[in-house]
Amino acid sequence: MLSKGLKRKREEEEKEALEVDAWWLDPGLPAVTQAPPTLASSSLFDLSVLKLHHSLRQSEPDLRHLVLVVNTLRRIQASMAPAVTLPPVPSPPIVPNVADNLLASSDATLSASMASLLEDLSHIEGLSQAPQPLADEGPPGRPVGGTSPNLGALDLLGPATGCLLDDGLEGLFEDIDTSMYDSELWVPASEGLKPAPEDGPGKEGAPELDEAELDYLMDMLVGTQALERPPGPGR
Amino acid sequence: MAVRLAGWNDIQWCFSQVKGAVDDDVAEADIISTVEFNHSGELLATGDKGGRVVIFQQEQENKIQSHSRGEYNVYSTFQSHEPEFDYLKSLEIEEKINKIRWLPQKNAAQFLLSTNDKTIKLWKISERDKRPEGYNLKEEDGRYRDPTTVTTLRVPVFRPMDLMVEASPRRIFANAHTYHINSISINSDYETYLSADDLRINLWHLEITDRSFNIVDIKPANMEELTEVITAAEFHPNSCNTFVYSSSKGTIRLCDMRASALCDRHSKLFEEPEDPSNRSFFSEIISSISDVKFSHSGRYMMTRDYLSVKIWDLNMENRPVETYQVHEYLRSKLCSLYENDCIFDKFECCWNGSDSVVMTGSYNNFFRMFDRNTKRDITLEASRENNKPRTVLKPRKVCASGKRKKDEISVDSLDFNKKILHTAWHPKENIIAVATTNNLYIFQDKVN
Repeated sequence: MLSKGLKRKREEEEKEALEVDAWWLDPGLPAVTQAPPTLASSSLFDLSVLKLHHSLRQSEPDLRHLVLVVNTLRRIQASMAPAVTLPPVPSPPIVPNVADNLLASSDATLSASMASLLEDLSHIEGLSQAPQPLADEGPPGRPVGGTSPNLGALDLLGPATGCLLDDGLEGLFEDIDTSMYDSELWVPASEGLKPAPEDGPGKEGAPELDEAELDYLMDMLVGTQALERPPGPGR
Repeated sequence: MAVRLAGWNDIQWCFSQVKGAVDDDVAEADIISTVEFNHSGELLATGDKGGRVVIFQQEQENKIQSHSRGEYNVYSTFQSHEPEFDYLKSLEIEEKINKIRWLPQKNAAQFLLSTNDKTIKLWKISERDKRPEGYNLKEEDGRYRDPTTVTTLRVPVFRPMDLMVEASPRRIFANAHTYHINSISINSDYETYLSADDLRINLWHLEITDRSFNIVDIKPANMEELTEVITAAEFHPNSCNTFVYSSSKGTIRLCDMRASALCDRHSKLFEEPEDPSNRSFFSEIISSISDVKFSHSGRYMMTRDYLSVKIWDLNMENRPVETYQVHEYLRSKLCSLYENDCIFDKFECCWNGSDSVVMTGSYNNFFRMFDRNTKRDITLEASRENNKPRTVLKPRKVCASGKRKKDEISVDSLDFNKKILHTAWHPKENIIAVATTNNLYIFQDKVN
C-alpha cells in the first residue's frame, strides 16, 4: 500500500499500526471502544496528534480534515482511560479556535512562532518517546495513569510550557538544548501554573510534557487573540 | 426522456476516448478537479487544479456511420481562475476549480458557473462564425483609413469565418465566503443559486454580484465547540424552495427556504444509526459524506461516504432505502488509509438519465456502477491499456482475502494514488466521463 505525506519515525511503529489494524477491528472481539489495547490506541493517538500538528501548520487548514482528526483524537482519548471521569475543565480555547484564529489572524508573527513551536514540539515528542518500551507486554511498561485523558475539547495537552515562553519569543528561534525538556525541570513549573486535577500521580509519561507545553501556549495565544480581535459575525 | 437502457445484460461499456497527457509524470496543474455534462449532454466541461476549464463538444452523429455516437472534441479552453493572494490574512488562494455547474441554455450562448475556494464566476461561452467586412473607415486588417481618401460609402456585410468560440466572464461573485467553497447548485428557477463552504451556505441571484443572502450558518459562537462541517449542498431539481446539505458526521439536512430566512433549523434530518458491530475509531471519518445528488425525478437523493453509496427516499429520514458497498474490502485497512490520508478522499457519485443506475469511483482507477433494479453491480477500470475504440471493457474484481483467482487483484496490490473522484453521466444517453488524476476517459455503451 502506498503511503504519502507522513514519515514514520520508527519502523516498529509502522509494523504495529498495520498489524493491529485488522486485529482490533475484528468483529469477533469486543467493541473497540470498550477494551482497546493500549498499544494500538497510543500509536493512533500519536499519529493523530501528528496529523493535527501538520494540519495546524498549514497557512489555511482544511477545516473538514481538522475537525475529523480532532473528533477521532477525542474518541481515542476517551477509549484510552474509559474508567476515569473528570470534571469538565474549563479548557483554553482549543485547536479549532486556534485554527479559526489562525485563519482570521492578521498577526503573522504569532502564527509563525506557533508553527515553529509546534515543529519543535513534534521533534521533542519523538525524542521523548524513543526510550518507551512499547514492545513490552501490555501496560506495565508505561505509567497507567500517564495518558490520563483531558476530556476538555482538545485538552490533550497537560502541564504547561511556561518556561519556553518565559525566555521570550526570540528563544524559539535558537537551537533548543534538549536538556531543557528533561522531565524533572518541567513538572514543578507546570503544577504552579496550571493546577489541573487531571495531572497524574507525580511525573507523567512523556506525552504529557508536550501536551503541557501546547496547552499553555494555546492559553497564551488565545488570551492575546481575545484582546486583539473583537468578536464578529464573520460575514 | 428516452434512454436506451434496455437491460443490464445489454449494456456493454466500451472505450471511446481519452483526453490528457500520456506521460506518468503528472503536472500538478493538470489534475482534473471536476467534470460536468451540460443539460443536453452535447457539452462536457472539466476543471483542473491550474484553474483552467476545458469544454468538449460532441460532434453531430454521422447518420450513415452509426457505429458510435459522436466523439467529444475540444470546443473551448479558458483560464477561469488565477491564483490570488489575500494580503490581509497572508494566505494564498488556490486557483483549483472545485465545481462547475451549467445553466440551461436560453439562447445561442452557453453559460456555466465555476468556482474555486473563494470566488464564483459566471462564464458566457459564445460562438462567432461570421464577421463584418467592408467598413468605410477601416481597412480589412484593421488599420484606419484616411477619411479624405474615402470617395464612396458602402454598407458592411457579414461574411462567414472560421468558427471561433469565446469565453468571457460575465459575473464575478466574490468576498462572500470565509471558508472553502465545496459546492454550487443552480436553483430550478434558473435565477438563483447557492454556494456552500465549510460552515455557511449563501444564496445568490445570478444578476447580482455585490450581495448574497446567508441561508445556513453552522459556525458555533465559540469555535471550540466546532465538531461538524458542511461537505456538500444541492438544490432540489423541481422545488425551488428546497435544498439539502450534508455534513462530516454523515447527516443530511433538508431545508425549506419558505420557513425562515435563515435555514438553520432543518425540515428533515436524514441519518442512519451507526452499526454497532462496525464501530471503530474511524466510524465518523468514514461516515463523512463527500457528495450528495438528487435524482432527476427529485424523489430520491444519493449520498457517498467513504465506503458506500446510499439512496434515500425523501419521505424517509431514519434510514436509506438502498445501500451499495463500493469497496468494503477497505474496511480492514482503515488504519493504514488513515495514516496515508486516503481515508479523507472525497469521492463523487452520479445518476444515469433514468435514475436506474448510479456510478461512483474507487482506487486503482476503478469505478463502480450499481443497477438499482437488478441489484447487479460492475467494476470497470479506466486505463490506457484498453484504449482501442469500441473495445468492450472487461469487468474487474478485487480479491479481499484468501486465494486470488486469475484476473483478480488483491487488495494489497491496489494503487491508492490512482483514484477516481469525479465521474459524470450523460443526461440522456449511455455515455460516461470518468476522470483519473490527469486524464479524462469517455466510455459509451456498445451500439449494435
